[in-house]
Amino acid sequence: MTTKQSDQTLIRVEDLQMHFKKGQIKALDGVSLEIQKGEVLVIIGPSGSGKSTLLRCLNRLEVPTGGHIYVDNVDITNPKVEIHAYRQKRGMVFQHFHLFPNMTVLRNMTLAPMKLLKKSKQEAEEQALKLLDRVGLKNRADAYPSQLSGGQKQRIAIVRALCMNPEIMLFDEPTSALDPEMVGEVLEVMRELAKEGMTMAVVTHEMGFAREVGSRIIFMSEGKIVEEAPPKVFFENPRSDRAKEFLSKVL
Amino acid sequence: MILLVSDTMEAWLNSAPDWMLNLPQWAYDICYDFFKSFIFDQRYLNILTGLQNTLLLTFFALLVGLALGIIVSLVRVSWDKETKNRPWGIGKFFMGLANAVCKVYLTVIRGTPVVVQIMIIFFVIMANSNNKMLAGVLAFGINSGAYVAEIIRGGIMSIEEGQFEAGRSLGFGYVSTMVHIILPQAFKAVLPTLVNEFIVLLKETAVAGYVGLIDLTRAGNIIRGVSYVDFMPLLGVAVIYLVMVMFFTWLMGRLERRLRNSDH
Repeated sequence: MTTKQSDQTLIRVEDLQMHFKKGQIKALDGVSLEIQKGEVLVIIGPSGSGKSTLLRCLNRLEVPTGGHIYVDNVDITNPKVEIHAYRQKRGMVFQHFHLFPNMTVLRNMTLAPMKLLKKSKQEAEEQALKLLDRVGLKNRADAYPSQLSGGQKQRIAIVRALCMNPEIMLFDEPTSALDPEMVGEVLEVMRELAKEGMTMAVVTHEMGFAREVGSRIIFMSEGKIVEEAPPKVFFENPRSDRAKEFLSKVL
Repeated sequence: MILLVSDTMEAWLNSAPDWMLNLPQWAYDICYDFFKSFIFDQRYLNILTGLQNTLLLTFFALLVGLALGIIVSLVRVSWDKETKNRPWGIGKFFMGLANAVCKVYLTVIRGTPVVVQIMIIFFVIMANSNNKMLAGVLAFGINSGAYVAEIIRGGIMSIEEGQFEAGRSLGFGYVSTMVHIILPQAFKAVLPTLVNEFIVLLKETAVAGYVGLIDLTRAGNIIRGVSYVDFMPLLGVAVIYLVMVMFFTWLMGRLERRLRNSDH
């Protein structure tokens, strides 16, 4: 994505604040950014820097204490806005998967399309099986989450979100809870997704993934965006001392 | 009709088979007590009436308790998890009010003995009515509802926050997240505790006699009064309670196993 037009903007964040304890703790301290259609925004930074909070605010799983998030020119931080319709169009993937343990894989994937998009069972299952096939888990459709490995669970969580045909996928440290040998299979799915043009916002510690797949890196520290650059620039030539220090530790 | 002790003796001697009359003294006494308690004058009918009333009372109190418990727990959970954080408005006002009422209900009902509650309902609140069964169903239902509410609330709270977030990030609203995702898991989690509450309820109805309702315990007591035998009627009543509890425990064990089959 070299040229960006304003009508390509999916989400516009303005001066987002997240304060606790009457402003003593600032999880987010004036964050502004735009997410364009088709880009893979990778948010990195030390733990406690507010990356996850930012991502969760985009879906209003956290309600920011200040600032605005515009989607289609509607400020979704306004508590009067019915957030459910917006959430349907955002897939979210969590660190700990959060599959529904009492449902089969297939049921996990078809529940929301059937209840919210009013798809028929057959239609929803067809789509789910197609997606399962893509991530190589078609044979586990009738398994329960407890019978799956961590990597399989996360791949299911990703396709469960995709079943709602989201216009953007939010990933909140999707590989952090996985055993090392399972990280690859999940990143592979994400890589494929990016290749197909899915808009993604990814909070991760996987620097290889960030460098290879990301179209833009946002480096956060202490609730602020310290640096924002294409991955090549950021990893080879970080400007801020904070980013240099961070990279020297993780690379 | 006045029954004399000699009438009882005469009937016993007429109806008992010979081998029973020739038993050793202790066995003979047991048989004679049994005859006096249950057979003579069709006294077992008392037990049947009492058993029927106990089962009816427990069943309807269970329904009332479950309904109340589900409503109260949902009000409490919804307030704590959701409404509390919303901006003030008419909806929040009524939810806050409902939440306060529920809290008072839980405190008062769990803080006073059920015997006192059933007497207040029958002798004070329903002073103009003589419907003992209705008083019993209300008293035990309202009482059980408080415990069921806390059991279900505990079950809902035990479901990890991530399940709510997963549901809501898929686009489910608060209510549909509850209905489709949280409650099915919560019910499964609390089923053993709910069964326990049901068993407690079944046995607790034994105090219904305080308002004159002829339940199983009261029936045993009535027989005790007319037969002058203490041990046999009480033993009979105890055995019937025990068999019922064992039966329901077994039944629920099967149900639980079936539910567990679905999640491994």
